Amino acid sequence: MGEKSDVWQGTLALMVLKTLDTMGPQHGYGIARRIEQVSEDLLAVNQGTLYPVLIKLEQEGSISSEWGTSDNNRRAKFYKLTKAGRKQLDAESRHWRQTTRIIDRFFSPEKA
Amino acid sequence: MRPFRSFFARLKEPLLAGVHDADLARELNVHFEMLRDDNLRAGMSPEEARRQARLRLGGTELLQDNCRDARRLSWLADFLQDLRQASRTVRHKPGFAAVAILTLALGIGATAVMFTLIDNILLKPLPYPQPDRILTLNEWTDKATAYGNLWAFTYPNFDDCRRASRSLLIAGFSYKGGNLAASGSAVVPEHVDGSEISAELFPVLGVPVAQGRAFSPADDKPGAAPVMMISYALWQRRFARSPAAIGKTITFDDKPYTIVGVAPAGFRLSQDDDIYLPLGQNIEPQMQNRAVHTVRAIARLRPGYTLEQARKELDLIGHRLARQYPQTNTGRTMIADRMHTDTSDVKSTLWLLLGAVSMVLLIACVNIASLLLARAVSSEREVAMRVAIGANRSRLARQCLTESGLLALAGGALGVVLATLSLRPFLLFWPGVLPRAEAIHIDWRVLLFALAASLLSGFIFGLAPALRAPSAAFEHSVRGASTPAGAARRLHTVFVVSEIALALVLLVSSGMLGRTLLRLSSLDPGIDVHNLLVARAALAPATLANPARARAAWKDLLDSVAQTPGVRSVAMVDTVPMREGINELSYSTTAALPPPDRQPLALATSVSPNYLDVMQIPLRAGRFFDSRDRPGGELVVAIDDIFAAHAFHSSDPQSAIGRQLWIPAMAPGPVRVVGVVGHVRHWGLAGDDDASVRAQFYYPFAQLPDVLVHRWSDLMSIAVRTRVEPLSLFPSLQQAAAGPGGDQVLYDGRVMEQLASRSLARQRFLVLLFGVFAALALTLACIGIYGVLAYLTTQRTPEVGVRMALGASAASVLGTVLRQSAGMIAGGVVAGIVGSLAAARLLQRFVAGMRGAEPFTIAAMVAILAGAALLASYLPARRASRIDPMRALRQE
Repeated sequence: MGEKSDVWQGTLALMVLKTLDTMGPQHGYGIARRIEQVSEDLLAVNQGTLYPVLIKLEQEGSISSEWGTSDNNRRAKFYKLTKAGRKQLDAESRHWRQTTRIIDRFFSPEKA
Repeated sequence: MRPFRSFFARLKEPLLAGVHDADLARELNVHFEMLRDDNLRAGMSPEEARRQARLRLGGTELLQDNCRDARRLSWLADFLQDLRQASRTVRHKPGFAAVAILTLALGIGATAVMFTLIDNILLKPLPYPQPDRILTLNEWTDKATAYGNLWAFTYPNFDDCRRASRSLLIAGFSYKGGNLAASGSAVVPEHVDGSEISAELFPVLGVPVAQGRAFSPADDKPGAAPVMMISYALWQRRFARSPAAIGKTITFDDKPYTIVGVAPAGFRLSQDDDIYLPLGQNIEPQMQNRAVHTVRAIARLRPGYTLEQARKELDLIGHRLARQYPQTNTGRTMIADRMHTDTSDVKSTLWLLLGAVSMVLLIACVNIASLLLARAVSSEREVAMRVAIGANRSRLARQCLTESGLLALAGGALGVVLATLSLRPFLLFWPGVLPRAEAIHIDWRVLLFALAASLLSGFIFGLAPALRAPSAAFEHSVRGASTPAGAARRLHTVFVVSEIALALVLLVSSGMLGRTLLRLSSLDPGIDVHNLLVARAALAPATLANPARARAAWKDLLDSVAQTPGVRSVAMVDTVPMREGINELSYSTTAALPPPDRQPLALATSVSPNYLDVMQIPLRAGRFFDSRDRPGGELVVAIDDIFAAHAFHSSDPQSAIGRQLWIPAMAPGPVRVVGVVGHVRHWGLAGDDDASVRAQFYYPFAQLPDVLVHRWSDLMSIAVRTRVEPLSLFPSLQQAAAGPGGDQVLYDGRVMEQLASRSLARQRFLVLLFGVFAALALTLACIGIYGVLAYLTTQRTPEVGVRMALGASAASVLGTVLRQSAGMIAGGVVAGIVGSLAAARLLQRFVAGMRGAEPFTIAAMVAILAGAALLASYLPARRASRIDPMRALRQE
């Protein structure tokens, strides 16, 4: 059980970073909605996993947070990507692409 | 860097937990509101929107928990949890914990006391600034005599070196004791030790004076105004530490001196001096004599110079002086060494004791380890269950170590408390003088040592159970097979064997020390020590100036002491046996003297005629001194039987009578042997057999040349044979000795019986401590054996049940268990005997009077140990033999 959530957390962290990269500063709800939208609602982001991931990323220094005002005038905590976070995102997306390429080759029809 | 950053962020977490929780709650609330708003926008009713949002969000509590976990440092949390659990376990079994902590506290406390002494006495530098730049200087001769080849300086050589050296600031000092007249709060004169010091002494050592000033070069000259520095102790004693003491005049050996300064508290040159005089003001003839070595020299390297440079320079100066004064300085130069405290005797005692104490500590550790291991094995099923449901194995091991660490630290803390309490009493109990005893204290180094010792102990005794925890045989354990795995049983055996071995080493050591002490105390000291008092005596300085008057004064003093009621007889003597002070002289049996390094040495003692009678030394042949032996007459000596055997190679004392001896230090011509007397254990009961110079001879004080009468009178003591308890007579003896002018002093009165007993103080001290340690070790080892066997037999209960059900008798079960323990005991005894032999060699090297390991001692100690150990195993064995087979089988 623990192992599965680890993999999921790792992936989710990458998605969070990518989301903040494309959208700029965003609050937790916004991040969740964005991920769900991009995945065309294939993923339902569990809040119980999202917030621990945000805390972890913040502790690692990949993102930072501050309280601000949302579009509809609510006080919300906004997260934004830090320099270290951008670096991490670059490294991990490269890594991720490579992994998916390899996995793709294994599953591509002509080789099967 | 990320891991570090997150580490620090997490470390802060416990402090910020409250803030973060509130923050998160607000954040989640916003999230909920946004979710609800979106639902509203999607066309839900407000009721439905809120319900759906809450469903999506899930349980807030759980979420909060997850986030808290993410924030917190997991190992810190684990550790705190382990700590809580450990303290819970400890509290659950307070008896076990108390025994463990107390055992450890004793072990660590004793080790900490030993370490404090070793640290303060052996490891710490001298208590002066830049101590590594302070040097001891000596004159060195290329031919070694029996005294060695290092000499004190002569004053002229010292003065030349002091003037010539560029690399060194050189200071000299020399002994100067005398009578200090009444002054301040003192109403009677007292004899004090003191030193003549050169003006450089305080600058060389780099210590400030407590009051007033040190001597200046202007004081350190013949004819300068007589000035004196006093010790801190004297300042306190006579002047109650009043600054007004500076400038006061005080009379020392009939001469007035002005006090100019007070030495700092605890300042010590070579003895406990009370006064200091300028060395350069001394105008006695020996100060001009390049053959009289009385000045001890120390120096400080001047800035920029190294020890090597200083050595080269001193050597150059030495060679120049040798060319300049060939008669006295040929083959003689000066050498320098770093100064260090003389700790040789104390050193070996300290290391021996630290060794013994560590063994006790080790036994304590092994004991606790086996108890913990027994517990770990019996909770194996529980542990296996926890592993099965996902507990991390390394985490379980850590938990064991946390518990043992907790016990160890508690034991260590209590140990430091014990050490603090017992340090002072222990120092008082120490035989003889400890260098720098007043400065010994427990500091952070000792605390660090205690901490390290406790953590190490905790690790040692926590390791076995911790390694046990993640053992592989889990399914086995879960299924409920309850015999301990072979590994654990073997480990228990190792524990018992090592405990027995260590205990045996301590038992044999203390047994050997005890036997040595017994043997030594039953030795004949060569004199009758009962009802014998010795005291130093000093005549008035005015009397001493005239040899004839000094001789008369001594005679009068002896006469008036002899007439004191309670006194049987009295004699005078310069070096009292078993007290400090010796005079080693070289002798020859031929007129043609062999080279100095080949001349044998003997202890020379100057006495009055009835010395033999007072001390009850047996006369073997010839006569002792009488009124015939006068100055100007034939010089006579009496030798002891060891001297006779050495010099004349004959066991018949009679053959030595009338023979001639040449003793260059006494007279150029021969002296005649008139008597042979019994040997006296001058070096103490313990030390005499191993002393390098044992031969003794006596010569009459009456025949001493006039020029030496003054010097010898300074060294004289009287020995008084009494009819009553000797010390009770001392005040009346002092009155009797005061003389017509009331200016003669008897001081430092000692009872001979105590001097003899004190000569064994070190042995007695070691016997006592080793005895205590050995008893402790024996007790601990027995507890260990008992615990292990009790546990092992409990584990075997079902097996025993089966056997008994099949017809084994109680006696045979008893035998099986006892055989098992006998095997372990035998293993321990074998290892212990090997260790004891090694320990015996160590003791023999470091303790005077020790013989090698005697089979009898070893056999006796093995018997004691084996007996106690079997007794300890009997209880569990008997319990095993009374097992009810039915109940035992049901337990299975």
